[in-house]
Amino acid sequence: MSESATPYGLMAEFETPAEALHAAQAIRDRGFRRWDVYSPFPVHGMDKAMGLKNSKVGWFTFVGGVTGYTLGMLMIWYMNKFDYPILVGGKPLFSPFSAFPPSYELTILLGAFGALFGMLILNRLPRWYHPLLKHPRFKQASHDKFYIVIECADPAYREEEVRELLTSLGGRNVELVED
Amino acid sequence: MAEVVVNGVKMMAPPKELEREPLVANQRSLGWLSDAVAAIAERPTPKWWWWGFGISVTLMLTCFAMILYLMSTGVGVWGLGHPVMWGWAIVNFVWWIGIGHAGTLISAILFLLRQRWRTAVNRAAEAMTIFAVMCAGIFPVIHVGRIWFAWWLFPIPNANGIWPQFRSPLMWDVFAVSTYFTVSLLFWYMGLIPDLAVMRDRAKTKLRKFLYGFFSLGWLGANRHWSNYEKAYLLLAGLSTPLVLSVHSIVSLDFSVSQLPGWHTTIFPPYFVAGAVFSGFGMVLTLLIPLRKMCGLEDVITPRHIDLMCKVTLATGTIVGYSYAMEVFIAWYGGNPYERFAFWNRAFGPYWWSYWIMISCNVIFPQLFWFRKVRRNLAVVWVLSILVNVGMWFERFVIVVTSLNREFLPANWGYYVPTWVDILTYAGTFGLFFTFFLLFLRFLPVVAIAEVKGVTPQADPHHPLGGADRVPHGPEAGH
Repeated sequence: MSESATPYGLMAEFETPAEALHAAQAIRDRGFRRWDVYSPFPVHGMDKAMGLKNSKVGWFTFVGGVTGYTLGMLMIWYMNKFDYPILVGGKPLFSPFSAFPPSYELTILLGAFGALFGMLILNRLPRWYHPLLKHPRFKQASHDKFYIVIECADPAYREEEVRELLTSLGGRNVELVED
Repeated sequence: MAEVVVNGVKMMAPPKELEREPLVANQRSLGWLSDAVAAIAERPTPKWWWWGFGISVTLMLTCFAMILYLMSTGVGVWGLGHPVMWGWAIVNFVWWIGIGHAGTLISAILFLLRQRWRTAVNRAAEAMTIFAVMCAGIFPVIHVGRIWFAWWLFPIPNANGIWPQFRSPLMWDVFAVSTYFTVSLLFWYMGLIPDLAVMRDRAKTKLRKFLYGFFSLGWLGANRHWSNYEKAYLLLAGLSTPLVLSVHSIVSLDFSVSQLPGWHTTIFPPYFVAGAVFSGFGMVLTLLIPLRKMCGLEDVITPRHIDLMCKVTLATGTIVGYSYAMEVFIAWYGGNPYERFAFWNRAFGPYWWSYWIMISCNVIFPQLFWFRKVRRNLAVVWVLSILVNVGMWFERFVIVVTSLNREFLPANWGYYVPTWVDILTYAGTFGLFFTFFLLFLRFLPVVAIAEVKGVTPQADPHHPLGGADRVPHGPEAGH
């Protein structure tokens, strides 16, 4: 570890989801802001333990869905009624009923794009570089270990206090991660 | 209650009658799940894989050769002719697209219904969906005759200044199938992101590190990310559910909006959806029973999973049987002589054999799934699952061909026989399907690792195996 490297945060390892959950509750109550729990799967109840609010992905899906439906209806109206009307079997040139199935599919299509891209945008992904990805022990976070990292950028971060807190919560291998 | 010790953790066992078969057998640990699933893509390529891949690629190339022959010569190379103008191409299209439906049912509908067992099978079933829709998509494109104009199906401005005609169900179909493919792919890819991160963290070679790293988008498993991820997953499941129901409904409208006796029935949309899910589960069973053996996943895809899938097959198969009965009843009760004749012709006309293959494979044989002994006998289940696939192919054959072969004027009656080109094109799509499926087995995690981990007792923070005994029970311990 070179001395010139800037630290990213303090990382502690936990063996079980219950320990990580318990530690997260304590860290939340201390008022930390820039920290996260890393786990191989979503731990049930962790959002509440961390004090996270309901995810905003739904708004992206909603906007995508409304756009899809409107686009479908307008497209069919424009093509079949406005730009090049062709009479087929005496049916109306535009009817919301026959235009519904394609518009319905477009609602779902753009809603689904909204969900995926909304998730990626809110998570600031893709991000192929991250200090944690360089840390050899962190590879276990996708295997069977749980990590809590409190970032140095947190206003309440005091290295000694945080180290003591993480150790007292049962965190093992508490160490500094270089940026 | 008796006390048991699992992996060094003491806990109380439930009374005997409340005990359930665990989703992951043999109390496998979280780490074991990563190792077992990732190993399939990491170990040296087994011999059976090369054999399977070789055969599949040969078949796939046969399919392409047949399409080339069709394009260069014309649709006359198929057995189509008056009065049967829709033949195997449409039968195969409906059959393949129906197979896809089980994957979406498992990934979306069972997720909304909180069926935790779905986690062991959803990845492979979703892959099956995507590859089946690819096979399906070939047929409507090549059956249009002048394939080089197939792009007219899409609302793209062209030199004639004419747009697609959206009052036709065939146009709805274009939107339904292409949306289905795209959304299934998105859903599958999003599910793969955390597992690709598992593969990235285990990768040894530079190329693997780069590729898995690139496609996992820098996933860290942060809980702030999981929170958005789970919401997006729920939304995609919520969107895929009406989607999958609409896709086969719209496929059925291709038939039922026409005025042909045998096609013009209101029962078609729900009947097609039930049949699709039925055939799809047949295919999932056909694929997963050998796969769990060959990939050493017996502890992840357990006999309980097979048992549950047999029950879904039984339920949907029975709905299909009910639909057949209702169709026949309405044909008689409706009093339309043409409709009555169409159904008489189905069961006792020149294609009587196809009708009775359909009835026995779809309605009679699946009734064996009522018996637990049958559901637990994997060899029998496998054979029955293939019969389901056969039966559902014949269902589409019956619907398409027997409704057309004897139309209103007896002077126009005819007997349709497929040519060798029809047969080889269909056989070739299996090559396409298995080429992709084998590549999937070789390079991607076949089981949703993160999701299966999430349904183990070790993942539950309120279970002794999840460490619940190791933390003090403060006022918030219940959260």
